[in-house]
Amino acid sequence: MNAQTTDDTHLLAKRIRIHALRMTSIGGGAHIGAIFSCADILAVLYGGILNIDPAEPESVNRDRFVLSKGHAGGGLYAALAEKGFFPVEKLLTHYQDGSDLSGHVSHKLPGVDVSTGALGHGLSIAAGMAYSGKLKSASHRIFCLLSDGECDEGSTWEASLFAAHHGLANLVAVVDYNRIQGIAPVSEVMELEPFADKWRAFGWAVKELDGHDHEALLRTLATVPFVSGKPSCLIAHTTKGKGVSFMEDSVLWHYRIPRGTEFDAALAELESQS
Amino acid sequence: MRDALIGILTELAPQHPEVLFLSGDLGFGVLNEFIARFPKQFLNAGVAEQNMSGLAAGLALEGHTVFTYSIGNFPTLRCLEQIRNDICYHNANVKIVCVGGGMSYGAVGFSHHATEDLAILRSLPGMLVLSPGDLWEAAESARYLLSHRGPAYLRLDKSAAPATVKHGEIFRPGFIRTVREGSDVTLAATGGILGEALLAANVLAERGLQCRVLSVHTIKPLDSDTLAAAASETGGMISIEEHAVNGGLGGAIAESLMDAGVFPRFFVRMGLRNTFSSVIGSQQYLRGVYSLDAASIVQTVSVKLGIDAEVHP
Repeated sequence: MNAQTTDDTHLLAKRIRIHALRMTSIGGGAHIGAIFSCADILAVLYGGILNIDPAEPESVNRDRFVLSKGHAGGGLYAALAEKGFFPVEKLLTHYQDGSDLSGHVSHKLPGVDVSTGALGHGLSIAAGMAYSGKLKSASHRIFCLLSDGECDEGSTWEASLFAAHHGLANLVAVVDYNRIQGIAPVSEVMELEPFADKWRAFGWAVKELDGHDHEALLRTLATVPFVSGKPSCLIAHTTKGKGVSFMEDSVLWHYRIPRGTEFDAALAELESQS
Repeated sequence: MRDALIGILTELAPQHPEVLFLSGDLGFGVLNEFIARFPKQFLNAGVAEQNMSGLAAGLALEGHTVFTYSIGNFPTLRCLEQIRNDICYHNANVKIVCVGGGMSYGAVGFSHHATEDLAILRSLPGMLVLSPGDLWEAAESARYLLSHRGPAYLRLDKSAAPATVKHGEIFRPGFIRTVREGSDVTLAATGGILGEALLAANVLAERGLQCRVLSVHTIKPLDSDTLAAAASETGGMISIEEHAVNGGLGGAIAESLMDAGVFPRFFVRMGLRNTFSSVIGSQQYLRGVYSLDAASIVQTVSVKLGIDAEVHP
């Protein structure tokens, strides 16, 4: 499963972004900015970190992945399709009548462990999986990708307390810290800083990095648990809308649907990237 | 009823290593033996019911049979979205246990009364809803849940009706128990308040009225055949519950009879009517205040059947 070079993960990230752009455009889905901000994280996880096998999507020994920021489902669908969990053609049914691909991620698809969509749920479910793994002395890990916005939810911190108290070293929380939530910047809505210190104070081993730097992501995620006996939190500093200049760092592109000339321009930018 | 549940779990835990019992930091004293004997099957999830319910879903997805346990609304309404999205949508094998159904916690206050739970929990797809009326039903419900797959809600009352189990009777989830035969009126009760229905039936029998008393220990799926037969054979249907009259047992029976095209001569839902149980007092006292005790049932039946409730006090 491990990528030989970051060339593979960069290509995967590019494909995730292009698929997601098409999916949101055709289906009329939102959240393209939130997908783009975590596309590199998804690419590194699915391209080089997660121990998974599309031939055995429910293997007991697989690493689990919980997309707590379920609104980035389009990104996860794209990653799974690229990894062979289902045909890439299926992606274009996203948001369409009768499709399996709901806007928020659905476990009815092979490779998706958990349906989410309401924020602040994923870390608790992941912690339950991790507690089970610890009880069974299993070697697989549980990765959970959170948004910064859902750190407003009290349930996220309930789960954080629990995971640290029980020393769930098999649990990795990655926070896509793009600093823009639903309709405004995090700093205006509900300041999270000092963010890393909060996780540390809750008992987690914390690292921070540029969430678009594949080498750093690969290197860092390969070293979990960061500290023996503690759950790991990776705060990934990202840019919302990353990859398309006019979408970057913009509140507008949390909900805006890319169509017409905007779609064409976005696609051209993404395709020109190496 | 709580002790009946814990008793069954303590007895059967060795045969069910997949069982994990999660408490929302409640059960001091009563869980001691279980915790001491099966430390790996117990987890105190703290005062964090949202997390407890999400954890339960994650654990169930990994193959555990998970019980979540707390008082009143804490394991249900506080974390309803986790129950809906994480547990029910994934058809996770989680059994949600409420101790203190209805007004069990009496003078503790309305915050600890569970009086909307049946309506809310039964609306969730895939959810089994059990609300036993006596200790035998409580124990058998617990035993059944160990083999049942999927989400379930178990509402346990502090009070319990006197035993009505017949020798050799087998507990059948999803089927109403007719605990007293009668042809004049049907009293359908759920939870410990079944005891009030039985008391009322005794009083009414002295006046020559034979009540059919039903213990509706399974609210969902509801035994519509038994209800339809009772409504058409007795002509009068009275539902009795320590719960809002909206959407609970009374609401469920109304739906069931309408769906079946069965229209009893009269139908009364006894329960809380657009009110919080805000009066202070014991469970028994509150039943009197909210017109849910045996005397109130006698009065209701008497009015409906046109007899004088005061003639034979």
